[in-house]
Amino acid sequence: MKDTIAEKVLLLIALSAILSLLLITFFIFQQGVPLLFKIGFGNFFSTHWSPTKDHFGILSMIIGSLMVTVGALIVGIPFGLACAIFLAEFSSPVVQKTLKPIIELLAGIPSVVYGFIGIVILVPFIRQTFGGPGFSVLAASIILGIMILPTIVSISYDSFVAVPNTYREGSFAVGATKWQTVVMLLLPAARSGIVAGIILGMGRAIGETMAVIMIAGNALKIPGSIFDSVRTLTSTIALELGYAAGDHRAALFACGAVLFIIIIALNIVAIRITGRE
Amino acid sequence: MMTVITVVILFFIIVYVFKNGLGQLSIEFLTEKTRDMGKEGGILPSILGTLFVTVVAIIIATPFGVGSAVYLVEYTRGGLMRRIISFGADCLAGVPSIIFGLFGFIFFVITLGLGWSVLSGGLTLAVMIIPTIIRTTEEAIKSVPRSYREISYSLGGGKLDTILKVVLPTALPGILTGVILGIGRAVGETAAVIFTAGSSLGIPTSVFSSTRTLAVHFYILAREGISMPKAYGTATVLIVIILAVNFVAYRLMHRFIARYY
Repeated sequence: MKDTIAEKVLLLIALSAILSLLLITFFIFQQGVPLLFKIGFGNFFSTHWSPTKDHFGILSMIIGSLMVTVGALIVGIPFGLACAIFLAEFSSPVVQKTLKPIIELLAGIPSVVYGFIGIVILVPFIRQTFGGPGFSVLAASIILGIMILPTIVSISYDSFVAVPNTYREGSFAVGATKWQTVVMLLLPAARSGIVAGIILGMGRAIGETMAVIMIAGNALKIPGSIFDSVRTLTSTIALELGYAAGDHRAALFACGAVLFIIIIALNIVAIRITGRE
Repeated sequence: MMTVITVVILFFIIVYVFKNGLGQLSIEFLTEKTRDMGKEGGILPSILGTLFVTVVAIIIATPFGVGSAVYLVEYTRGGLMRRIISFGADCLAGVPSIIFGLFGFIFFVITLGLGWSVLSGGLTLAVMIIPTIIRTTEEAIKSVPRSYREISYSLGGGKLDTILKVVLPTALPGILTGVILGIGRAVGETAAVIFTAGSSLGIPTSVFSSTRTLAVHFYILAREGISMPKAYGTATVLIVIILAVNFVAYRLMHRFIARYY
């Protein structure tokens, strides 16, 4: 009797995560979607955003989000993979034991601190070296690239470690060097884990808000080069939610809905990839 | 080589903030009220705000997180239910904090009428850290040896008794690790709390007062250029808390692993 009640109660509790997810989905869409029908898709997917004049075009923000995300991947993937390969294949257990928690610590640093470092170091550096405002696609890409490193490193590391040792022994036995083994055998064998790590990193980059607001400049236009200022979906929400009302607020929720769809799609892909192994 | 660069970047960030921030720290900075929007005075209201919001989040998230994990490990054997619950937790873990901010704002602040408050902020953070607690607790419970459960059953213990008296106490360090990691996430969060807890600089007197957490205070100081020295000081306090929290979680986890593997 006591056990059956306990099981039912626990089931209810266990459904809390999925219920929260549904609740989030419901509220974001309920707030944002009606506006889409009111103003039309043409208005919503244009580049003209001036909420006071009923123009809610988010195209330049979508492009902005994509640009900084791609930039973050260009910075994050080589470093992330290099770290994972070094940790899994080329370092002693002692080095692994010290470096892994240190890299995981990177994930614990709050995003506002990354943004702050961007403001005080990276932005002035870019301004002096390349000209322009400094607050730019480049600055946001570099900081986001660093921020997604821990995600890429820890998931790829796990998939390198999961490759059976017999693979490596077989490769050495036919005379392959360590480096040949890594490139020709381990990278393909660990491929799906690496891809999952990259996709989750992508999700983090596209969803990051505070660091991006602080260093991307937030100008409302499609950037012409990587030294131009850029505004993302997330920064628009965070910058304007404080004072927005009516249709303007609804438009911010619609931005949230677009972001939410992208993130959930990325998550599902990542879960499927890791689940298949 | 590239690994070295990564580690150097990490140390650089921490050392740079500390170098500029440690000089700002003093008893007054930690115990005085904030004056003149943050240009003068200390950060006591933000320290208390962070503490209250985090405590609310942990009190709510821990039973849900631990309960979910117990159900996942002890009551499901593969199957659809397990897949649904795991999917929910995985997806929730990937949702960006600004989405939690939007949700908390429309649901807790407006729909439930809780206003900008410690409670709204804490509830929003609770939803955010549930997946962290589920995942860590799940691993901890899985690692409790099967024989422990069998001994309990053979002595006539029921399933619930076994879980409460054998499994959970054994898995406790692992569960605590999850809770502490959750604390770390809650303390460092900005986007999800700025629209739910607000940014009032008063000292919170109840769960319904609006408050400003350390991370939010630091964000406002730095972004609006109110006071760079105070921003460095606040960042130093924030990083020290995060490092301490992560260090404790790491030590706990290792002691736990050393015991069972």
